[in-house]
Amino acid sequence: MTGPILPRRGPASRAAPLAGLAVLALAFVWHVSVGARPIPPGIVAEALLAFDADVLDHVVIVDLRLPRALCAVLVGAALSVAGALMQGVTRNPLAEPGLLGLLIGASFAVVLFVGVLGIAPPAMIPLVAALGATGAAAAVWGIAAAAPGGATPLTLILAGAAITAFLGALVTVATLLDERSFEELRVWLTGSLAGGRLDQALWALPWLVAGLAVALGAARQVTALAMGDETAIGLGMDVGRLKARLLFAVVALTASAVAIAGPMGFVGLVVPHAVRLFAGQDYRRVVPWSALAGAAYLLVVDIAARMVLAPVEISTGLVTALLGAPIFVWLVRARL
Amino acid sequence: MNVPNRNMIDQNRRPRLVVERVSSGYGSTPIVRDVSLAIPDAALTILVGPNGCGKSTLLKTMARVLPASGGRVVLDGRPVHGMPTRDVARRLALLPQGPVAPEGLSVRELVAQGRYPHQTLLRQWSRADARAVEAAMEAADVVRFADRPVSDLSGGQRQRCWMAMVLAQETDIILLDEPTTFLDLKVQVDLMRLLRRIAQEDGRTVVMVLHELNVAAAFADLLVMMRGGRLVAQGPVGTAFTAGALREVFGLEASVLTDPASGRPVCVPLVAPRMAVAAE
Ligand SMILES: Nc1ncnc2c1ncn2[C@@H]1O[C@H](COP(=O)(O)OP(=O)(O)O)[C@@H](O)[C@H]1O
Ligand SMILES: [Mg+2]
Repeated sequence: MTGPILPRRGPASRAAPLAGLAVLALAFVWHVSVGARPIPPGIVAEALLAFDADVLDHVVIVDLRLPRALCAVLVGAALSVAGALMQGVTRNPLAEPGLLGLLIGASFAVVLFVGVLGIAPPAMIPLVAALGATGAAAAVWGIAAAAPGGATPLTLILAGAAITAFLGALVTVATLLDERSFEELRVWLTGSLAGGRLDQALWALPWLVAGLAVALGAARQVTALAMGDETAIGLGMDVGRLKARLLFAVVALTASAVAIAGPMGFVGLVVPHAVRLFAGQDYRRVVPWSALAGAAYLLVVDIAARMVLAPVEISTGLVTALLGAPIFVWLVRARL
Repeated sequence: MNVPNRNMIDQNRRPRLVVERVSSGYGSTPIVRDVSLAIPDAALTILVGPNGCGKSTLLKTMARVLPASGGRVVLDGRPVHGMPTRDVARRLALLPQGPVAPEGLSVRELVAQGRYPHQTLLRQWSRADARAVEAAMEAADVVRFADRPVSDLSGGQRQRCWMAMVLAQETDIILLDEPTTFLDLKVQVDLMRLLRRIAQEDGRTVVMVLHELNVAAAFADLLVMMRGGRLVAQGPVGTAFTAGALREVFGLEASVLTDPASGRPVCVPLVAPRMAVAAE
């Protein structure tokens, strides 16, 4: 009945990953074709496959739109995988880089270094963001663990909200104190893919790739870890080292996403939960599917951010929050 | 009629799993103190004792989930805490007390987790894995709901799923912590029959913590009684399961009778001393 393949649920077949990749490719081409000057998908494909520097559309695509689409792919995949890992390791369906304070921690650190202290070689930004994310995560964990009843999903979310409010206020104060030097950061702080931060993306890329690689490699262990440390040890896992690796992956993915596009809330919550609806609960599938679906999700969200109020463009991070908040409420009602 | 045959293993050979003067606990307070125990191969060893006496702590220490603060646990001649953890997981499986499956995980996905110690990053799922999972689901009788979420099943069905996961690990030694709690007596007995079959027919070694004294007496090859972190009595049911031992270990006044059908002892708590029925 069952072949030598991964145990799977329902009629999902080996064609599913290909279908997923096809959807991602479609979203990508659609994303590139949308803009102040719509470009037919045919030309987009042409520019990607046979670039001609004399064709204006080709130049627009490759110089302006491609970087933005690639950033959406990277950030969407990174935040979704980080969220999926956090939900598995903490056994908390509401865990997510934004809700547990990692996004605001990373943003705060970047604002502090770039805006206030004025030291910001692009190579440093992912590291600074990682430092901030780790610090905020530790603070959230510490506050939740000290609460009566310990670090439950609820106390973690509350501690995350407190840290987010606190660091958010500090960030606001900093931006008010020095309007001019925060001009660029202000847009970034709402979670934005505009403004071609390709240099930033290139410095974040190694961290992002390393985080993804660790996440994919450890995915099969996350399911067992979600069943408790004792079960995981019984199955022969080195739980201490495993958790350290997963922490690295979560921080590297979150920090590189923030370095590229600022804080984008709820992506890490919405995408993994949507993925579980069709891919099941086994992280061997949840993690790779979250990467794929997260990339496609952020492409589509970014299309919406540019089209809904066109010609005015709204920040992508605002759209992810608008879509994510109701899903968060639904999850709280269904799962807490 | 007579007491079921003891294991056929050469008594001169050293058992594969031996606890040597082990102490362990959480933080600095020792819970288990100076316990020595040789687990008979290919037999069913059952651990009983009052709540909080350290049964789970001892089992976790045997399974290297907890470190030993004193003494050592020896598996196949080597200290278990010094062995590579995957190496241990291919010889010894642990079902902790009250495990929880992630919401929505299907039975087949749960059972497949048991294959982890046999897989590598490059060879993640083989025919042997698929075979072991099917066989384990067959043995634990969970094939019927293989594709349903574990969280949707009844307590007894869920417990059988965990059993299947442990069986899929295909270890010679299996440690189980109260796998029958909250189950109907009938379901408990079915599970115990399965475990006895595993020990007698497959020659696997089963060590389990059990709450239900009469079920323990009915199935144990070796009965181990603990109290306050120490071993109080151990031996075949016939010699270990006595009114005196029950009084000492549990503070329980009970008559121990012999079930004429199995020849196994049964305990009947004394409700009021004066109403006690003559045992013979
Ligand atoms: N994780 C833990 N941390 C601290 N103390 C514990 C922990 N687990 C159990 N204990 C304590 O250790 C003692 C023995 O527990 P345990 O081995 O679970 O008993 P049993 O399984 O026999 O009921 C109890 O007093 C319990 O409170
Ligand atoms: Mg216990």
